[in-house]
Amino acid sequence: MPQKSIRQALNEALRQEMRRDPTIVVIGEDVAGGAASEGQRDAYGGVLGVTKGLIGEFGEARVIDTPITESAIMGAAAGAAVTGLRPVAELMFSDFFGVCFDQIFNQAAKFRYMFGGKAKTPLVIRTMIGAGRSAAAQHSQSPYGIFTAVPGLKVVVPSNAYDAKGLLIQAIRDDDPVIFCEHKLMYDLRAEVPDEAYTIPFGEANIVRDGDDVTVVALSRMVHYAGEACDALEEEGIEIELIDPRTTSPLDEDTILESVERTGRLVIVDEATPRCSFATDIAALVADRAFAALKAPIRRVTAPHTPVPFAPSLEKLYIPSPDKIAAAVREVHGYGK
Amino acid sequence: MSEITAITMPKWGLTMTEGKVLGWLKGEGEEYGAGDELLEIETSKITNVMEASEPGRLRRIIARDGATLPIGGLLAVAAPESVLDTDIDAFVAGFAAPEPAAGAAEAETMAPHDIDADGKRLRVLDMGGGEAVPVALIHGFGADLNTWMFNQPVLAETRRAIALDLPGHGGSTKALDEAVDAASFAADLDRALAALAIDRLHLVGHSMGGAIALAFAGWQPDRVASLSLIAPAQLGAEINADFINGFVRAGRRREMQDVLALLVHDPALVSRQMVEDVLRYKRLDGVQAALAALSAAWFPNGIQRADWAELVGSIKVPTQMIWGREDRIIPVAQGEALAGRVPVHIIDGAGHLPHMEKAGEVNRLIAGFVAARA
Repeated sequence: MPQKSIRQALNEALRQEMRRDPTIVVIGEDVAGGAASEGQRDAYGGVLGVTKGLIGEFGEARVIDTPITESAIMGAAAGAAVTGLRPVAELMFSDFFGVCFDQIFNQAAKFRYMFGGKAKTPLVIRTMIGAGRSAAAQHSQSPYGIFTAVPGLKVVVPSNAYDAKGLLIQAIRDDDPVIFCEHKLMYDLRAEVPDEAYTIPFGEANIVRDGDDVTVVALSRMVHYAGEACDALEEEGIEIELIDPRTTSPLDEDTILESVERTGRLVIVDEATPRCSFATDIAALVADRAFAALKAPIRRVTAPHTPVPFAPSLEKLYIPSPDKIAAAVREVHGYGK
Repeated sequence: MSEITAITMPKWGLTMTEGKVLGWLKGEGEEYGAGDELLEIETSKITNVMEASEPGRLRRIIARDGATLPIGGLLAVAAPESVLDTDIDAFVAGFAAPEPAAGAAEAETMAPHDIDADGKRLRVLDMGGGEAVPVALIHGFGADLNTWMFNQPVLAETRRAIALDLPGHGGSTKALDEAVDAASFAADLDRALAALAIDRLHLVGHSMGGAIALAFAGWQPDRVASLSLIAPAQLGAEINADFINGFVRAGRRREMQDVLALLVHDPALVSRQMVEDVLRYKRLDGVQAALAALSAAWFPNGIQRADWAELVGSIKVPTQMIWGREDRIIPVAQGEALAGRVPVHIIDGAGHLPHMEKAGEVNRLIAGFVAARA
């Protein structure tokens, strides 16, 4: 099976879906390419390269290049979704959700409910998350926890190219607004991806590895860091069950609970800040529903409650590392023994 | 030194790169015959028993329980009693670890490719070669060519061995013809054989693939040198409707785990990776529609429709049947009822996948049957 990067997988998903369904439109900053002259506009494919080639195949009516106006992009996309199109809008940096959150939080997320179930809002918002590139405090955050807190939004946080393609196609075919979070350091990460179109259901976690000693729940880039920690710990004889929920809303609670019922020990890894967060949410779930199974305190390995530092050395300390994850696993594994 | 032989990690299936020793079934110093079970090996997909390919004496176990080795890695050393321990030490010390490059080259020959079968894209895994009459392996409902991972390499030691994905399955086109009965799939097989330039052949079919192989043999008996049917479909009315409906419906891991467990005698055989592979197939566009169309045509209302039992033993093609005694999909009684017409081999401790669950035994039955009927 062909190996593809996350960038290629997302591009392929958009292209295949746009061929299948003429109501799908792409809208955002630089999605057409950004160069000024006619002959060059397709050469670039936006700063991420994810939408490369789409304007050449589908034209300006379906690939809408916008100025730097997040509020207009999200307003247009939400309105288009509720009136019959299936827009895939791009919020280049998720950090800027603040300037367009009324359109998302108080409009798109509420339409189905406020209109008594008579309206659907098939809107996808692709957006970039993550620290690690010294992009400083305003371009490095991972606010999926804030999106997850909003009823009416679905939130996807893929960790690999296979999941990225299947979840994006699922997001496009879904009739509710979906926030699709892409980590900025993972676009070139490759995996086996089928050429054919396929969907992965929301709310179905991926069990990345099996193990009976400690459950580790991680998202996005942290799945790979946790995997590195697993490799090191396996040599010490600690077998980890690594769970990637893939979507934070809906959340596959059963897979996490069943695993902790078996292992009795839980570590959650989250690149986002720790207050009212994904990590905290999972900890609460397990404390609430699997308390009797726990043999050790739940440990969260997260960023500290501060903005993301610009200085590379500090940023490195800020992001959870395989070493920190391994230390947390050792701690809960040894607890009470 | 030539009396010393290495027992190495086998390669089962397309994606296997390493295996883990679960436990040895023979001890150091023990003698064994060809086909005796040596050890249990776990891969990410499946756990299986490795059998001795020739008789010998186990002299030195290198890979202990729990050890993980790459393909070709040294598991143990066999040698007659007369060989000195020091010679075995030297053999072990001099054993060349497999080169990753050699593994890559082998992976290349193990890669399936697409063929154009008269306009239909079909995925084929083409192994082995030589003058002997080739063998083609036809999988069952919802499966693909990987179902033959333990059988195809063994059959390919003496002849060309082809496994293909039927339309609607695996890596083949997901578009189905309007007719999806055994005869129409037999016509697909005919097109595939033309593309592969195969005239006369041995046919091995499992479950739905068994009915297809039987339909092909009934249609073109002169081309079929022998027919091995493993728990074939459509020989009787009864089939496990819970399995069929569950397989078509299941889209999530836990549900699929329960459904796939019905296939085998020992549910531990169904690994998480096996479940994941089936789900990955089922998520592809077109598969759901294909499976629904197939199950409606083959198993309407949970009953097998057509009845090919009359053909068994009446066509002029040497035929044998292989059935797992604990088959929970198609009852073994359907095979037992035909035992007067063709040889029926009932495998103890196996469910609906005897070719995976008891691969060694099934391989011997097929290889022996095929070898005797050139």
